[in-house]
Amino acid sequence: MIRLTEVTKTFPGTSKPAVDKLSLSIGEGEVVVLVGPSGCGKTTTLKMINRLIEPTSGSITVAGQDILSMQAHELRRGIGYVIQQIGLFPHKTIAENIATVPSLLGWDKVRTDERVAELAQLVELSPEFLDRYPGELSGGQRQRVGVARALAADPPVLLMDEPFGAVDPIVRANLQDELLELQSRLKKTIVLVTHDIDEAIKLGDRVAILSEGGHLEQYDSPGEILRNPANEFVADFLGSDRGIKRLSLIPISEIKLDPGPVLSRRATREEALSVMARYDIGWAAIGDGADVEGWFTADDLEGHKTLRDVKARSFQIKLKPEDSLREALDAVITSHTAAAAVFDGDRYLGMATVDEISREIVQ
Amino acid sequence: MTTGTSAFTIAQADEPFIRWDWIGRNLDDLWAATQEHIVLTVIAVGVGLVVSLGLSIIALRWRKTYTPITWVTGILYTIPSLALFAFLVPITGLTMLTAQIGLVSYTLLILIRNIVAGIDGVPAHILEAARGMGYTPRRMFLDIQLPLALPVIIAGIRIATVTTIGLVTITALIGQGGLGFFILRGLQFFSAIGTTQILAGTVLSVALAVVADIGLLGLEKLLTPWARRRVTA
Ligand SMILES: Nc1ncnc2c1ncn2[C@@H]1O[C@H](COP(=O)(O)OP(=O)(O)OP(=O)(O)O)[C@@H](O)[C@H]1O
Ligand SMILES: [Mg+2]
Repeated sequence: MIRLTEVTKTFPGTSKPAVDKLSLSIGEGEVVVLVGPSGCGKTTTLKMINRLIEPTSGSITVAGQDILSMQAHELRRGIGYVIQQIGLFPHKTIAENIATVPSLLGWDKVRTDERVAELAQLVELSPEFLDRYPGELSGGQRQRVGVARALAADPPVLLMDEPFGAVDPIVRANLQDELLELQSRLKKTIVLVTHDIDEAIKLGDRVAILSEGGHLEQYDSPGEILRNPANEFVADFLGSDRGIKRLSLIPISEIKLDPGPVLSRRATREEALSVMARYDIGWAAIGDGADVEGWFTADDLEGHKTLRDVKARSFQIKLKPEDSLREALDAVITSHTAAAAVFDGDRYLGMATVDEISREIVQ
Repeated sequence: MTTGTSAFTIAQADEPFIRWDWIGRNLDDLWAATQEHIVLTVIAVGVGLVVSLGLSIIALRWRKTYTPITWVTGILYTIPSLALFAFLVPITGLTMLTAQIGLVSYTLLILIRNIVAGIDGVPAHILEAARGMGYTPRRMFLDIQLPLALPVIIAGIRIATVTTIGLVTITALIGQGGLGFFILRGLQFFSAIGTTQILAGTVLSVALAVVADIGLLGLEKLLTPWARRRVTA
């Protein structure tokens, strides 16, 4: 969908190119994240795709067309653009902001209004905001408007430069989830710039790691990059905790679950204590096959001969098979146990244990 | 009334400081002069604004021209108004044109400075977003830059208007003075009639300036609703 061939940008008055002979190919419907240290040329690369910066040499095609053969403003109307500072127009209402590109394209009012309403819904922005001005919105809401505005004319390509850089971590995580959700429906070709490697891993189908001068150090799926960093630079950039980072990419369903210390109501106190001893933990679950009611501690057994009348405590954290191993690890650690229960709806699947999770880290 | 001294004393006692009767008799003339004052001001600021916009666009488009433009308009601004009229009258006569050339040239520096500062004050990221979405330079100027510069531009128009209202009183010297006419004529009487005319001209001129300033402020609020409705959280 987008192809950069030997693209070079040398800014006037500088000797070293900001981007030096970069070649990169981005597939249709793919999310590619450009990541790298500050000043490595991420923004320059992105802006060359919509010609906010003109390349010094090399060629760029979008959907097979050489972008230099097009009128710059025509090209840009077909490419969504989101920047960190959002750049909403303060003198226009939210509805007018969202309608920017449709109005440049000369859409009629009915079509524009319909599209604005549709987009507000898409980015989960309550319609009451549409008549307000950007100054009246929170940072997170403004960022949603920024995304809606970029999507207004349904461009096949979306360029995003640190789109979530200016909001707090909780809002950022929400916006990232929303973007992934949106993308699963819209299937745009997205090029996103960030210097947050965790964001790159979370959002990218492929991640391009750049070093100074726009040198492509590695271009691959997040999993592959974490498993096999191409060189020292990439390994350094990923950080020493890249094993743990990798866990966020692997769903629980990928690992072997332990049946866990599960006992039926008929089991005796002695049986229960021996199971706990075998698992080396202070608790066990009550249940039958996939039907698990809850759990109890050794102390709860006081005065009981069998489990028939023992009170079952409910699980505080129930993991789902699609949750990541990172979440499983968090659950295990925060619940002070060696394992966390995994349920598919009400069906008990087993326990995610530290042993099994850490097997994935060292791999 | 036997001696000059007593006559003078009587005259003083008889005549109040302000001759309200004169004002009463000349209401129509005062009103006509006020209207003329308004017309002279509106034309001067209107023409000044058009010329300034043109020069500002040139200055913004070709940055190098900004310094010479402010230099020339700066000189126009500092020439004493009397000298300017003395210089113009032999060429353009005791006409409205002479008055307007003077009045317009005094608005230019203020207006150009504010227009350029207003446009320059539009944040870069807003322009980047506009360009990135496919605005052409021309459309961006009209649709984004100019509206966002409006508060600063109107601030300039307010100063220019108030200044012009004051200056119009001087154009009375070439017979185009609006309320200045009364001030000028009042200076020729050493009596309460004179004082009354000077005061009437001055007070009305000041009142006009105040009303114009408040009116323009109201216009600004009306044209920039987005600047008011801002959350302060
Ligand atoms: N307009 C410009 N003129 C001259 N040099 C520039 C210009 N824009 C960027 N540069 C230089 O080009 C290099 C790459 O800049 P770029 O903005 O692409 O970096 P980046 O990877 O986006 O960094 P960051 O993470 O800080 O945003 C930097 O050294 C920068 O100083
Ligand atoms: Mg950048």
